[in-house]
Amino acid sequence: MSDQSPVPDGAPDARKVVLAARNVAKAYGNVHALKGVNFDIRRGQVTTLFGENGAGKSTLMKILSGVIQPTSGEIILDGNPVAFNNSTEARDRGISIIHQELSLAPNLSVRDNIFMGREIMTPTGVDFAEEERQTRQLMKELEEDIDPLTPVEELRLGQQQIVEIARALSVDSRILIMDEPTSALSASEVEVLFKVIRDLTEAGVSIVYISHHLEEALTITDHAVVLRDGNMTAYAPRAEIDLEWIVRNMVGDNYDLGSPPQTDMGAPALSIRNLTLPDPAGGFNLVDGLSLDVRAGEIVCIYGLMGAGRTELLETCAGRLRASAGEIVLEGKEVSHLSIAERIARGLALVPEDRQRDGLVQTMSVGENLSLASISSFTKGLFTQKKAERSLIDDSIREVTVKTSGPSAAIGSLSGGNQQKVVIGKMLATKPRVIMLDEPSRGIDIGAKAEVFRLLSEEAKHGLAVLYSTSEVSECLSIAHRIIVMHKGRISAEFDSTATKEKIMAASGESVAA
Amino acid sequence: MSTATTDIDRKKSNFSIGRMLLEGRAFFALIVIIAVFSFMSPNYLTVSNLLIMSSHVAIYGLLAIGMLLVILNGGIDLSVGSTLALAGVCAGAMMQGLEFQALGAIYYLPVWAVVVVTCAVGALVGLVNGVLIAIFKVPAFVATLGVMYVARGIALLMTNGLTYNNLSGRPELGNTGFDWLGFNRIAGIPISVIILAVVAVLAWLMLSRSAFGRWLYASGGNERAAELSGVPTRRVKITVYTLSGILAAIAGLVLSSQLTSAGPTAGTTYELTAIAAVVIGGAALTGGRGTVGGTMLGAFVIGFLSDGLVIIGVSSYWQTVFTGAVIVLAVLLNSLQYGRTGRKG
Repeated sequence: MSDQSPVPDGAPDARKVVLAARNVAKAYGNVHALKGVNFDIRRGQVTTLFGENGAGKSTLMKILSGVIQPTSGEIILDGNPVAFNNSTEARDRGISIIHQELSLAPNLSVRDNIFMGREIMTPTGVDFAEEERQTRQLMKELEEDIDPLTPVEELRLGQQQIVEIARALSVDSRILIMDEPTSALSASEVEVLFKVIRDLTEAGVSIVYISHHLEEALTITDHAVVLRDGNMTAYAPRAEIDLEWIVRNMVGDNYDLGSPPQTDMGAPALSIRNLTLPDPAGGFNLVDGLSLDVRAGEIVCIYGLMGAGRTELLETCAGRLRASAGEIVLEGKEVSHLSIAERIARGLALVPEDRQRDGLVQTMSVGENLSLASISSFTKGLFTQKKAERSLIDDSIREVTVKTSGPSAAIGSLSGGNQQKVVIGKMLATKPRVIMLDEPSRGIDIGAKAEVFRLLSEEAKHGLAVLYSTSEVSECLSIAHRIIVMHKGRISAEFDSTATKEKIMAASGESVAA
Repeated sequence: MSTATTDIDRKKSNFSIGRMLLEGRAFFALIVIIAVFSFMSPNYLTVSNLLIMSSHVAIYGLLAIGMLLVILNGGIDLSVGSTLALAGVCAGAMMQGLEFQALGAIYYLPVWAVVVVTCAVGALVGLVNGVLIAIFKVPAFVATLGVMYVARGIALLMTNGLTYNNLSGRPELGNTGFDWLGFNRIAGIPISVIILAVVAVLAWLMLSRSAFGRWLYASGGNERAAELSGVPTRRVKITVYTLSGILAAIAGLVLSSQLTSAGPTAGTTYELTAIAAVVIGGAALTGGRGTVGGTMLGAFVIGFLSDGLVIIGVSSYWQTVFTGAVIVLAVLLNSLQYGRTGRKG
């Protein structure tokens, strides 16, 4: 407890604190997203909010920026209580937010997106020249070579995020809330963003920063606040804390992604031979003559940067993409000519990277999502068997430990980590021999991450071959027996579980920060 | 402890009454319509009138079930009205006898064969829709819009714009009985209503109990996720458009039998009525949400409303206004039901 400052309470000191929340609570029906939180945003400094998915970070930020209204509690701006009915009111008081999900119109240009809803008007119409000039200025500040007239849909995801940031900067806010601003940015773009953040704080702007990337957040923050289960669990200035402190307060004490399990490795379950996938837009092959074996009971990790070809490799194996050359052999049998459904039936399952887009059917319940890939196993003749389906769903929920009010709950009511477990459970229910997981930890918190990895080691002990991809080095050095590094569609290096972070990163083509 | 429980219980029951009214809105709308018209006209709530109105609903209802399948898949089928006309005209032509000049002979098909061939024509039209949309990736709206024109045009070409007025067949040729569909009754219930009930029950079984039903809901809710889960999404898509075509053909048979004539302009704008019935029944046009029960209620709401207005002598122009208002109201309530489910942060 000695390394923790007391949680703020009482009236905030208006000289140091620009915006404060006091006893703010938010309930959705019986779900309490926030349970009486006190939170201070310090003038001209960066306050970072740490917490797992579902801890209430986004809810708190939406309340502070007027997107939603609290069930109870007080918001204090410059020492005076305020109530925002919508985000426009908050924006008029100088509070703006960069949302986690991009909210750009892809068909409009960068300029039109930045000035959407607050166009600069002259008596004869919109002053496009002035908008363009300001957009150019913003892009220069962000050191991004984007023409203001480019349609947003032609930009990379990272550049789109830059546009989103530029839009928030263009408002001249006093308080800027950034919810996961770096998730799609490259390392150099993050550098620039951090420089901009420092310039802003020097100019007196107060920043709230949210990121799952803990180390990155630590380099920029002045204060850290940790939320857990809708409560504030810790609060301290940067000087007093370290990574371990954050993690401990986020998840409690056991932070361990596990180690490679002792398994009986059998014959190769999945053999990829000279697999080649051309880029439909021309250019380099996305997967370039790649060969790889995964044995039964073995856990193999594929590490690589964005664009290294990990997703393409896994999707080709699953059957969504068609290889131009090479073989995919599942337990001795060639499967590259089979459909996705036939590959699943043979025991080759993929947990896709983007669970909202590729993993879940949002209109279906938790139970229907879990049973979706194994409908044939509980269909007799023309009809599905309710009892058999129910027992399959109950087994799945138990096996992957989904926290849900029941199989009929809406899938959207689950937290990100639990949604991911549903996607994994759905594919495990097909009784696969090989399971491929594309970034299984993406957008889920450390606790859920550890549970997912524990689950995978358990399955490997029962003879399942596991192949997962990741872009976080710490996840390579957890349960994997073998680490494959991919770079430009090829395997650039291979390590066993004793490798170091530096070696792995060097092999991926990533420069290792000194 | 006990007070706390009752408090929660009361909250729950309040919540569920509002919820029930919202979810059962088509049902309550139907009750209100029946109550209001019964009050205004003594003839409305009689068994014979209800059966007559139901036989009108049967046409829309059949089209609406096909439309429901397509909408559940996230698509739309604008061609059903034209398919209905084309089916009627095909049936009409076959009832006149098929003349083969090369053979110098005229073939008269028995009525059961006419029905089968007509359904096959409907299936073919639907198959064209399905293949265009699933294989050639033409947007459903455009593909079925095109097929709507083509089917209508073929129906006009086949008849030169005229109507087949004699569908009764000839006793000596053994092809009588086409009017059975439109006029006969079993235990006092019109055949058309029985056909609708049978189709509705089959569709309900398919959607709620079969693997295909689950595939359909999944691929309508999120096609990419369904595909990666091993759902044959293309096959599902082609199948729903084919089924929609078959149901349009059945509706065409029933309609021409009821009218004792088959014209190429029959069923104009019926596709819109079918879409309206599906929407009033609570289905989401974005796909993945909707039930047969709801769609049936939607069809009855539209049918009972417009027949009721006729019975109390309201101008047919007003009928159009009322129908439109009901549709807009239904969509408003749909967005209320589906739009509120917020995402967790």
